[in-house]
Amino acid sequence: MTDISMTVNGKAVSGSVEGRTLLVDFLRNDLRLTGTHVGCDTSQCGACVVHVDGLAVKACTMFAAEADGAEVATIEGQANADGSLNVIQQAFQDHHGLQCGFCTPGMVMSAAALLKDNPKPTEAEIRDYLEGNICRCTGYHNIVKAIMAASGQDVGAIAAE
Amino acid sequence: MYAFEIERPETVADAAAALTGEAQALGGGQTLIPTLKQRLASPEKLVSLAGIAEMKGVCTGDDGRLCVGGATTHATVAAEAGSFPALAELASHIGDPAVRNRGTIGGSLANNDPAACYPAAVLGAGATIVTNTREIAADDFFDGMFTTALNEGEIITEVKFPVAQKANYQKFVQPASRFAMVGVFVAQTAEGVRVAVTGASEGGVFRWSEAEAALSANFDASALDGLSLDADGMIGDLHGSPAYRAHLVKVMTGRAVKAAA
Repeated sequence: MTDISMTVNGKAVSGSVEGRTLLVDFLRNDLRLTGTHVGCDTSQCGACVVHVDGLAVKACTMFAAEADGAEVATIEGQANADGSLNVIQQAFQDHHGLQCGFCTPGMVMSAAALLKDNPKPTEAEIRDYLEGNICRCTGYHNIVKAIMAASGQDVGAIAAE
Repeated sequence: MYAFEIERPETVADAAAALTGEAQALGGGQTLIPTLKQRLASPEKLVSLAGIAEMKGVCTGDDGRLCVGGATTHATVAAEAGSFPALAELASHIGDPAVRNRGTIGGSLANNDPAACYPAAVLGAGATIVTNTREIAADDFFDGMFTTALNEGEIITEVKFPVAQKANYQKFVQPASRFAMVGVFVAQTAEGVRVAVTGASEGGVFRWSEAEAALSANFDASALDGLSLDADGMIGDLHGSPAYRAHLVKVMTGRAVKAAA
């Protein structure tokens, strides 16, 4: 077992993990932060996307021990300080960017990473960035719309497909 | 996954010392971790190279070559290899953004997946692979599917790319995996044109010498007219037959020549 400590959503946490413990399992099983989902467990679907030192990564394809000392952000830390939804989360609600909601934590975390680097992405840039996030319900259209809206852009130009 | 220990050395020397016996180096893990999950590998110990600062980053050497640390992620190469645009562009289309934030050039080369992008750039540009013990020319490095000239425990610390006069990489994406169904890296250098092909051959990345000769004489897509690649030895699977891949190689080579800058 390896002792690890890291910051998760601004709070210092620590634990003892096996070498093979995935970051997503540490978050879900040890910290009980079950907002980060495991969809495929094969690095395809992106439901487990979290930020490690500010970068979007698939928490199912990184060992917990590799995040020792890192700053980790998960969906649980995304809401505003008063508990209200942040601008991306609110936009997902306003634009029906989810149906079953299983992919949504990863979608929101990927959207946040995109908007940090590219505050006004084009529709094509959003679709390209979401290549590693799979949604089986929405057809992506309203997710793209929500991210456009969250970046303060007009979504009227996005025609229904 | 079978159980294993994990070590996180901070220097190349410590990593090399830890890579003994049944130990396995861990780059970004974007291939190795899925492989471990499928129990296709059972190392006793993983030695993570991600914490070794001296193996990270992109710089230009005194000889003008672009130097990329072995533990540099695809995202960093995409962002910082601007002096070799074809390489930066290639890195920016590997996997997806989250994969590019973890996956490393050294990990990709050491794995030598027959459909990976980086082997085409390294072989096409005529790069040099630097390890903790020696330097290996790209022409001597790739040794068939998932096989390289690396010895047990040898670590890719750096890759040195001569910056081509003109270069381009064209990838025909296999849409489910985002790997290359066929990818072609074309580089025009002072010594002639190099054409490296990934994704197509059962032998892994290879140079298409007939196209190199034709393009060295005339660097125009029309120089490929009349050339054809033997389908024998090409990969055949549910995504495409050997003949289809052989045809794609020529198409993608032509596109790379047209787009080369």
